[in-house]
This record gives sequence, structure tokens and C-alpha cells, in this order.
Amino acid sequence: MKLLVCVSKTPDTTTKISFTDGNTTFNTQGVQYIMNPYDEWYALVRALELKEQAGGTVTLINVGPKANDTVIRKGLAIGADNAVRVDIEPASAFATAKQIAEHAKAENYDAVFLGKETIDYNGAEVGAMIAEMLDVPFISFATNMTVEGNTATISRDIEGGSEVLEVATPFVVSAAKGLAEQRIPNMRGIMTAKRKPLKVVPPVDVPDLVSVKGYELPAEKSECKYIDPENMDELVNLLHSEAKVI
Amino acid sequence: MAILVYASSAEGKLKKGALEAVTYGYKTAQILGTEAYAVVLGDVEDAGQLGKYGATKVYQVADASLNDFDGQVVAAVVADAAKALNADVIVTSNDSAGKTVVGRLAARLNAGCLSGVNSLPTTDGGFFVKKNVFSGKAVAEFELKSATKVLSVMGNTFPPEEVASSVSVESLSVEVPASRIKVKAVETVKGTVPLPEAELVVSAGRGMKGPENWGIIDELAGLLEATTACSRPVADIGWRPHHEHVGQTGVAIRPNLYIAIGISGAIQHLAGVNQSKTIVVINKDPEAPFFKAADYGIVGDLFDVVPRLNAALKKFKG
Ligand SMILES: Cc1cc2nc3c(=O)[nH]c(=O)nc-3n(C[C@H](O)[C@H](O)[C@H](O)COP(=O)(O)OP(=O)(O)OC[C@H]3O[C@@H](n4cnc5c(N)ncnc54)[C@H](O)[C@@H]3O)c2cc1C
Repeated sequence: MKLLVCVSKTPDTTTKISFTDGNTTFNTQGVQYIMNPYDEWYALVRALELKEQAGGTVTLINVGPKANDTVIRKGLAIGADNAVRVDIEPASAFATAKQIAEHAKAENYDAVFLGKETIDYNGAEVGAMIAEMLDVPFISFATNMTVEGNTATISRDIEGGSEVLEVATPFVVSAAKGLAEQRIPNMRGIMTAKRKPLKVVPPVDVPDLVSVKGYELPAEKSECKYIDPENMDELVNLLHSEAKVI
Repeated sequence: MAILVYASSAEGKLKKGALEAVTYGYKTAQILGTEAYAVVLGDVEDAGQLGKYGATKVYQVADASLNDFDGQVVAAVVADAAKALNADVIVTSNDSAGKTVVGRLAARLNAGCLSGVNSLPTTDGGFFVKKNVFSGKAVAEFELKSATKVLSVMGNTFPPEEVASSVSVESLSVEVPASRIKVKAVETVKGTVPLPEAELVVSAGRGMKGPENWGIIDELAGLLEATTACSRPVADIGWRPHHEHVGQTGVAIRPNLYIAIGISGAIQHLAGVNQSKTIVVINKDPEAPFFKAADYGIVGDLFDVVPRLNAALKKFKG
């Protein structure tokens, strides 16, 4: 199968979030970046497993500046064959999807993989947008996937349960926990990643539909009220008459 | 100009998020000086009740093929409905259905979109809405600059409010394209509220020592009629199912009450739960970081505290 995996770069999960310029800009000072965990742990690994099982290629795509190459190289070290970087800092989910769809249109991939959401903007929008732009089905939050010939059987989580779907290639699928197990790149992977092709392509024009105006940090919690562990009647009482949640 | 709410349903019943989305649509209509309509797809019981939450008209596209959800079909139908009804703001819930439809509608209509909004729009010099970013570690305000706008509403944030009475359901004729996805099986866990919709959540972590000890957690959840959740390592080692994993790389939730038992409160865990309205932490380590995010803290051994809490709840319920 000819597979495309979309990978994005997000701040490390331990990052303390702060803003500059009057709370209009994310403060990147000292921030460590990682590959978005859903992309790396589940989408990429399941694509690699399918390739190992049935042959084919796994291409990575990232929309972003040169600084993203470290994240892309990590994906190559984990096992992707080659990579494409669209050379622009994307302004929105729409802009990201448009650049990826432009590339994918010309390449006729059997399936496009991505994580169920990024852990920075948590939009879960890009996959659905790419699918619409390519006019193909989209299966979101996949937790299990098998492929036979050109038919995929995919389980996905829905509220309060799960469903099993069947879809023919080409399609877009977003990966949730359970789809695969995280792989740690080995020394050989890291060495060969340096020689794998990483093509940089110019962006296409996209309309400016959405932009961030400013940020705020959630209100600080007031002091924690400690309750005597012997006195759970008091907790029940407070939850009922003070917090009014039970 | 009007607002169209896609009120999502499952197995013929409106989802809770659908009522919340209509409430949001109604309030937005008041801000914009217009009306909110709702559209339901397939067979849906009692869709007219959406009138109570502020939809002045409720439309139904009653094609049975819409009973199985496919975002591609739904987006095509909702986009056509919006055109037919002259709606330029489309609202839905931020559940698994809504999330897929928002992106598709945005791409289809060249519309600015925002998923998981947690504020009503403000309109001074543009159209501005807020949502959580960095998995709940911050809030960002966005400007939507396109003529058509698509929003999905964060769950458990705009409780359904009755403002009027039921209306009669009008049928809407829109072309329904054939789905390219075949639903082979659907499995629902009966009797529990799904985590993203839950108002009360009881969550436990590695402090539980082993899966065999979950009886006291299940008992507590049962007494409260709460949904159970867990920390990531607990799901990773297979003590609990993956869908219970909350946090930055699991489900992000915002219940009215979150009780954390034997969970240390790592930054990645807090990211997914810190917007819960009331947080109770039970931990034997007084230095556990979770206490900084707690409203009520109990320093003690969970194997003593939780049974005592269960007994107190039984007494309270009479
Ligand atoms: C990239 C990345 C993403 C992550 N995403 C998530 C995520 O989404 N969600 C998540 O939860 N974690 C996530 N983690 C893991 C996170 O960093 C923590 O390791 C995890 O949350 C710890 O789980 P825990 O609190 O159950 O276990 P521990 O940290 O081991 O804490 C156990 C707690 O139980 C208490 N305890 C023990 N015995 C008792 C007792 N008898 N009575 C009372 N208290 C007791 C201890 O004092 C301790 O505070 C992520 C990590 C990384 C690197």
C-alpha cells in the first residue's frame, strides 16, 4: 500500500504554557518540541505495520518551517521511507489541511493517516478537512484496523461504545489509543534516517479564515480545603451544600 | 442570515450534546439578532422538543440511510440545508460526530471553523470565540473571518435551558448522497454515561495497587451514578480499558465533580481534567501535586478513606 502519514510538531507534554506580547503570542522560550504523540505512537506505527505486512511505502508529510526537520527525521528513524515538508508555518487547521490535500491529490495514496488530534490546539479538524478536499471517506478515532486487499475494517470509539466499519481505499483515518504500540527508534533507524529523502516543497495559497487574537490562562484554583480522613460525612455534606454537585 | 444547529442523534435519540448545541445556537442568535433553526437527520424521536431550547424551526431530513453516521454524507446534507435555509453560522456538538462534521463543512464551504468552543461569540469589530488550547492548559480567542462560520460546542459547558415550547417538525428535502462506509457492528456499553458527557466522574490511578481492588471504586461510582475513569499507566498496564484513560493523551473532560483517587496529578493528567468544576483528591502523600488543583483534599490511605466515603454516601442517601 502507498501510505501517507501526517505528522505535526507540538510542545512537549511537560511544557509550562505562557504567553508574551500582551498575551497574543505563545512563549516558545525554553519549550521542547516533540512529534504529536497521536501521530507518532499510533498513526505512524500502524502505517508501518501495514507496510511490513503487505509491502508498499510510508511517506511522512509535515507543514512547517525547517526547524521541524528534527521531528520529521525522528519519524524516518522510526521507519518511514521518505518525507515531504511543505515549507510554511501553517496559520490554521484549514491551511494545514489544504497544503496536505494539495500534495496528496497528485500522489494517489491508498490511505492517509494522522493522529486523532494535536495536543496543542486539540482541533481534530485536519483529518476531516483533508478527506473533504480529497472527496474520500474519513474514519476518526480508530482503535483497531486490519486491511485485506483494498478493504479496511476499522473499529472506532463513539460515545458510550464502539463501532466496526468497512471502507475501501482511498480513505483518511485518524488514530486513537489502541491502534498500535509506541515504537522507540533504534540506532540503525537513526543512522539510516539521515540518508532518507526529505523533499521540501513550496506552499500553495490558502485563504485566511481563522486567526488567534489572544490567550489567557485558566483562573487559579482557590486554596484546597482539607478534610479529616475520618470524617467523610463532612465531605458528603460539603459536596451537597457547598459545591452543590451531589 | 440565520443559525443552523445540526442536532446529532444516535439510535433514534437526540444526544445530550444536541440540546446543548441548540441552547448555544439560541444564545448566539440573540447576540446576532437572528433566529436559530435545528436540523435532525434520519429517524429521530421527539425532535420537536428542540423548540424548547430555542430552535424556532426544526427540520428533519428523514432518509433512513442517515441512521448510520457518515460524516461525509452528513456534511453534504447539512451544507445543503444551510444553503436552503440561508444560514451562515452552523453549530453542532463537539462529540465524535460533531468533530468530523465541523472539519468537513469548513472545507466544503470554505468557512472558518472552531471546534470545542467554550464561550458565546462576541461581535465587536468581528466574530470572536474562545476555546481551550494546549489540552486545557490555556484558553485562546479566535477570530472567524469568513462569511460562513462553523462551530462545535464543548460538552457540559452550556447546559440545556428551556426557553420556549416544542415546535412541529418540518420535513426538509435535500439530496442524500450514498455512503461509502459500511457499518458492520455497533457495541454500546449500556447503563453508563459516556465519559465526555458525564457530570460526575470517579477516577483512580496507580495507588490502587492492582485491578482486583477496583470494587470500592465501582461501589463509589454506583452510589453517585458516576462514570469511572483512570490515569494513563493504569490503562497502559491493562488494569482498566483504554477508553477510561483521561488526560492530555486520553479523553479531556469537564464534569461537575471529579474525584481523583490514588492519582499523583502529573501535568499530563491535570491537562485533561483541571477544568472540572469541583475536584476532590484522595491521596496518602500530602505533597502530591494534585492537591494544588483540588477544591477538597483528603490526605489518607485510599483503602480506608474510600470505604468510609461509601458508607457516608449510603447514610446520606438514606
Ligand atoms: C507524553 C506523555 C503523555 C502522558 N499523558 C497522560 C495522560 O493523558 N493521562 C495521564 O493520567 N497520564 C499521562 N502521562 C503520564 C503521567 O506523566 C503520569 O506518569 C501518570 O499520570 C501517573 O499516574 P498515576 O497518578 O496513576 O500514578 P503515580 O504517579 O504512580 O501516582 C500514584 C499516586 O497514588 C498515591 N497512592 C499510592 N498508594 C496510595 C494509597 N494506599 N492511598 C492513597 N494514595 C495512594 C501516591 O501517593 C501517588 O500520588 C503522560 C506522560 C507522557 C510522557
